[in-house]
Amino acid sequence: MVATENKTVAVAPEAQSGFVYLPLIAGWLVPGAGHFLLRKWGRGALLAVSILGMFVLGIAMQGKVYANAHDILAMLGLAGDLGNGLLYVVSRMMGLGADTVQVTTADYGTRFIVVAGLLNVISAVDAHNLRTGRKI
Amino acid sequence: MLHPSHFASVVVFAICASVVFGITQRETPRRMVRYGIYCFVLFVGSAVALSWAMYLIAR
Repeated sequence: MVATENKTVAVAPEAQSGFVYLPLIAGWLVPGAGHFLLRKWGRGALLAVSILGMFVLGIAMQGKVYANAHDILAMLGLAGDLGNGLLYVVSRMMGLGADTVQVTTADYGTRFIVVAGLLNVISAVDAHNLRTGRKI
Repeated sequence: MLHPSHFASVVVFAICASVVFGITQRETPRRMVRYGIYCFVLFVGSAVALSWAMYLIAR
């Protein structure tokens, strides 16, 4: 049993062995992978579809994938994009996305890509909480 | 290249974000669904309300 701030939750036996940060890292690199590692198939699939869907739609809308941080807004955008893990690396390697935003939908696409990264970070942290027993 | 309407963009964004919020912020499946729907309604509702507010201010 692990005591948290307001409640006590049972920790699954399989969650007590192995590298504790593996679901966090896997979840960051590949959306939903952290939950798959913990055998939360349904949750992992829904998270993967949502995050991958947002990222792919952002790319399809010719959203901008931030490559450098020349001002504070670009820095924040880059931080959000990096949350996509391997998706960001692959998109940079393949030259996906637009360099400059020229139409309104491309601006939406840029936000989709950034928010997909932020949601992926939330998802990875959730997998870590499941792994440590902080969440059921 | 994809050119969704503004409303379609809001709805897709709200669906994806609500699914993640629901799963990550609640513990039981029933509460996840309820919170996801709550987030979706807030996302879309606030976008529609703010759009009407801006439309009325601009007139």
